[in-house]
Amino acid sequence: MGGTDAADTEPLIEVAGVEKVFTVRRKVGRLRRARHQVRAVDGLTFQVPRGEMVGYIGPNGAGKSTTIKMLTGILTPSGGRLRVAGIDPSRERTRLARRIGVVFGQRTTLWWDLPLKDSYELVRRMYRVPAGAFRTNLDRCVELLDLAPLLDVPVRQLSLGQRMRGDIAAALLHDPEVLYLDEPTIGLDVISKAKVRAFLHEVNAERGTTVLLTTHDLTDIEQLCRRVMVIDHGRLVFDGDLAGLRAAADGERLLVVDLAAELPPIEGVPGARTIKVDGPRQWLAFPAADSAAPLVTAVAARYPLVDLSVREPDVETLIAELYAGGGAARVAPGGATRPAP
Amino acid sequence: MASTRPGWDDDGADGRLRAVGHALFAFGLIAWMWVRSTLAYRTSFVLMTFGNFAASGLDFVAILLMFSRVDALGGFTLPEVAFLYGTCSLALGLADLLVGNVERLGARIRDGTLDTLLLRPVPVYVQIAADRFALRRLGRTTQGLLVLLWSVGRLDVEWTAGRVLMVPLMAVCGAVIFGAVYTVGAAFQFWAQDAAELQNSLTYGGNALLQYPPTVFARDLVRGVTFIVPLAFVNWLPALWLLGRPYPLGLPVWTAFLGPAVAALMAAGAALAWRHGVRAYRSTGS
Repeated sequence: MGGTDAADTEPLIEVAGVEKVFTVRRKVGRLRRARHQVRAVDGLTFQVPRGEMVGYIGPNGAGKSTTIKMLTGILTPSGGRLRVAGIDPSRERTRLARRIGVVFGQRTTLWWDLPLKDSYELVRRMYRVPAGAFRTNLDRCVELLDLAPLLDVPVRQLSLGQRMRGDIAAALLHDPEVLYLDEPTIGLDVISKAKVRAFLHEVNAERGTTVLLTTHDLTDIEQLCRRVMVIDHGRLVFDGDLAGLRAAADGERLLVVDLAAELPPIEGVPGARTIKVDGPRQWLAFPAADSAAPLVTAVAARYPLVDLSVREPDVETLIAELYAGGGAARVAPGGATRPAP
Repeated sequence: MASTRPGWDDDGADGRLRAVGHALFAFGLIAWMWVRSTLAYRTSFVLMTFGNFAASGLDFVAILLMFSRVDALGGFTLPEVAFLYGTCSLALGLADLLVGNVERLGARIRDGTLDTLLLRPVPVYVQIAADRFALRRLGRTTQGLLVLLWSVGRLDVEWTAGRVLMVPLMAVCGAVIFGAVYTVGAAFQFWAQDAAELQNSLTYGGNALLQYPPTVFARDLVRGVTFIVPLAFVNWLPALWLLGRPYPLGLPVWTAFLGPAVAALMAAGAALAWRHGVRAYRSTGS
């Protein structure tokens, strides 16, 4: 399924020096309005090879959605070069539409008042999906996403999790080469999240669909993506794997110790500092790269130690540190490190 | 970078023709889906259509009431006014049925659902025009058609081939002209999301105007709907020829036949405005 293009060896998504500048008018005084420009995306460069699953993360307003909108052709970039499957999205939006699938977590692409199966039928005709391929794809989605009991229900009556599953299926019926997911797990309960993740993993492994995923839930990234790109203020501040992100953010690990009694903060352990005390429990931070063993020995030697655990930093903290650091290293996909501007 | 997928990638006249075909097909598809979903509630559909029929018929009742006191309005007899009424109601009804829904564009921009339409391989205009396609709008069209047929049977004119042909031509050109007004009004909403009122004043307001003979209105108004927003070409000018009446503003009689040209020009202008709007939207995305 899917076209075998001559461009197979080229990256499926190519973004080179892409910019998006919005002009915002603001009231200054009574009648005067000042225009000023906001650079939502500022010199973005990356490539995604066919079949890869990439996490695209960053704080609110960093430019994630703007990037996705440019990659789909909804927005026209102000500068730079952008290609998806060899197509310039903003110039040939409708042609590209047949080759990409898009899911917006915040809003549905389905027809609000139509039953799910009617929506799928419309998708089939609009995208001119051959009947056989449509049947196969739909059956597979219905099976993996548990859609069978929902097919006759109008979209507006579906719960958020059900609707999201319905939306993801709709985005895949025409065998897209790329799937963009903008916050696909936002607002979902734990079970729905797990279902969606398992399905995406399956699609990527089985069909080799390239996936670009934005999310605030970093578990999505941990479970699905080998590669993660971090965007902030419209610039790529990190591009590499999760372990690399941990290193680049100068992450710290936590040693949580339970003492026999409530004591003043632990002092004098080399390489660690106490960051929190709660009754007999204390939290010590130490560099992620260091071993925890000498630390434990040092604490046990001087304090009545009852229990302990070591906590890996969660990715949210990592990213917060990456931003706070500002000067954190940028890691290129190959692993080469270049200094941030 | 050539794609091996056949059918939709080829350029040139053939490809463009196919694109138009696909767009019309998509319109039919979406429209039919909505018709089916409304027909699921048959009683409600019948009531709505009847309501639409009755509501648009009320202004004809107003005309009938007027004629119960007078014999002529601005020198026009009842069948003549009914002819004006029928042709313009039919034209507006068709335009409203087919593309009237584009006025919902502003709402779609505000709630962000326009983006979803931009993701599909079908022109946005087609999708938004066919969205919530409502057969109940046939109410106005049917009512206009009935009044028109009634008037045609009572008009005191000789039905030459030219006159007979003029009637459907008026309906089609009128529908295109009103459709262009709908479209330009909607295109405006790309910049000002609440511009729907202006367009309503031209479509429904224009309709209310064109139902009466031009002789009852002030010259400036007639001039406005002839030269500025050329609604006069929907029915006034061709109808005056058909009825053998004198022309307003000293216009020559051949202006009666300008309908198709005016409709084509307005359609082209509307297409341009729409394309401009889409482009502006895609570069700001607000």
